[in-house]
Amino acid sequence: MTAATTTQAPNRRDFLYLATGAVGAVGVAAVAWPFIDQMNPDASTLAMASTEVDIAAVPEGQILTIKWRGGPVFVRHRTKKEIEDAQNVELSELRDPQTDASRVQKPEWLIVVGICTHLGCVPIGHEGKYEGWFCPCHGSVYDTSGRIRQGPAPLNLAVPEYKFLTDTRLKIG
Amino acid sequence: MSGPSTFVPKSAIGRWFESRLPIMGLVHSSFIAFPVPRNLNYMWTFGAILAFMLIAQIITGVVLAMHYVPSATTAFQSISHIMRDVNYGWLMRYMHTNGASLFFLACYIHIFRGLYYGSFKPPRELLWIIGVIIYFLMAATAFLGYVLPWGAMSFAGATVITNLVTAIPFVGTGIAHWLWGGFAVGGPTVNRFFSLHYLLPFIIAAFVGLHVWALHVTGQNNPDGVEVQNVDRDTVPFTPYATMKDIFAVSVWLILYAWLIFFIPNYLLDADNYNIANPLVTPAHVVPEWYLLPFYAILRAIPNKLMGVVALFASIAILAFVPWLDRNPVKSAKYRPAFRFFFWVFVVICVLLGWIGSQEPGDAMTLVARILTVGYFGFFLVIMPILSFAEKTRPIPASIADAVLAKKPVPAE
Repeated sequence: MTAATTTQAPNRRDFLYLATGAVGAVGVAAVAWPFIDQMNPDASTLAMASTEVDIAAVPEGQILTIKWRGGPVFVRHRTKKEIEDAQNVELSELRDPQTDASRVQKPEWLIVVGICTHLGCVPIGHEGKYEGWFCPCHGSVYDTSGRIRQGPAPLNLAVPEYKFLTDTRLKIG
Repeated sequence: MSGPSTFVPKSAIGRWFESRLPIMGLVHSSFIAFPVPRNLNYMWTFGAILAFMLIAQIITGVVLAMHYVPSATTAFQSISHIMRDVNYGWLMRYMHTNGASLFFLACYIHIFRGLYYGSFKPPRELLWIIGVIIYFLMAATAFLGYVLPWGAMSFAGATVITNLVTAIPFVGTGIAHWLWGGFAVGGPTVNRFFSLHYLLPFIIAAFVGLHVWALHVTGQNNPDGVEVQNVDRDTVPFTPYATMKDIFAVSVWLILYAWLIFFIPNYLLDADNYNIANPLVTPAHVVPEWYLLPFYAILRAIPNKLMGVVALFASIAILAFVPWLDRNPVKSAKYRPAFRFFFWVFVVICVLLGWIGSQEPGDAMTLVARILTVGYFGFFLVIMPILSFAEKTRPIPASIADAVLAKKPVPAE
């Protein structure tokens, strides 16, 4: 057998072989996808995407915890001192630099998702060195703007999408 | 070691069956005629103890699944129902929860024995790696099972562990939502965890089959770490010698098991887990079960989230590389004084890491945890490679028989 015959141009059978393999691979992927996607959040979970809350009864200094999409959201009625503490921080001191102004719509109301950005525990309010939040799981410390200051968490507490429907009525999501 | 079976059944029916499906010959060559090194000590009974624990967990688990109702609204109540209403439900549950602890205790003794006597060295590398896979599957199964009672600590544990994937850049959060079936740990999570918790033990059983298969190809290591040279002089048959010894060891182990179940059934459990899960509150002091504490301490020791998660998984995965980190041809620590010293230092490090993992996080604790984490990885990445070449080992016996029959035992201990 010469070299020429072993490197001859692809024939009809080579094409069929590859095409069959490709169709088979696509078929396996198409069947696999429903088995994977069934684990994603379902329609009933997605339907609970927004929630409304009356915040008139939250006095200054208190944190209201409400449930949104199965997890906690903190609605914090901040005191003057807490607002000042949050505003008077050099951005260079922050791990995830954000101004306080960019995290609130009204300075007296801080609304953040109550899930530690490290591994998802619920931090405890008014605790920690900056009297913002302290996470009991691995010791992350947040300030009164919900920004990460100490510990293993990489990011600030997330600010959810929200709007004030009236002065006392808040819609999250 | 185990060549083609020479087993010939006594009965005609047995011979008819054997010539069509030689399963009796397989059992005979694996568990009756199988040659066992004659110098094995009681550390070699933990394979049988682990097999017993796996079977005990599967049987009690199947029973519990007849009464447990996996959903966010019913899981916690159904555990109370099992404890109060189901006939012997309390016994089944305490056997299962304490059984998990004893399964891990036996597994840790088994792993440390393998490290001490060099059971991971050629030709047993693959046997060892299958063991590491089994251990990882055990940890996953235990975690999934811990979530099922849907107590406060179940919820916190599920949240922390599934959030490990959020450390993956870009796709991490999407994977977490996929694992949860929602935007947080919730009803869909407990349902799927139940399904997987029921599945994984059978996967473990399959890997145990591979583990035993690989073991029966290479034969067992032994306390002197020299290979069998002469089957007649160096070994005894599995039955009755190993069989009886294993039965005795399992019986002693059962005393410990029964003591836990009947006298201190909640000693290893967390009181917080008798409160129902509440997604809006995390318990003040979140800790995993004792058997995962050292890894938890390593996770907390690293200030960076992604690197913490990497270190956590690396601390288990590194075991799989031990056959190539420790290349000293002498297997047993009996003849390796320096390795033996560092081995015990490593054991102390692991225990201390476990203790740190149980403590509340703080600056001083974090510092100690970091030092211990360096020690943990140092044992594998520094001590093992250096001692592979630099250690002056003691002379090993010429054969197992020589080690056993020597008038004066080798002056090693």
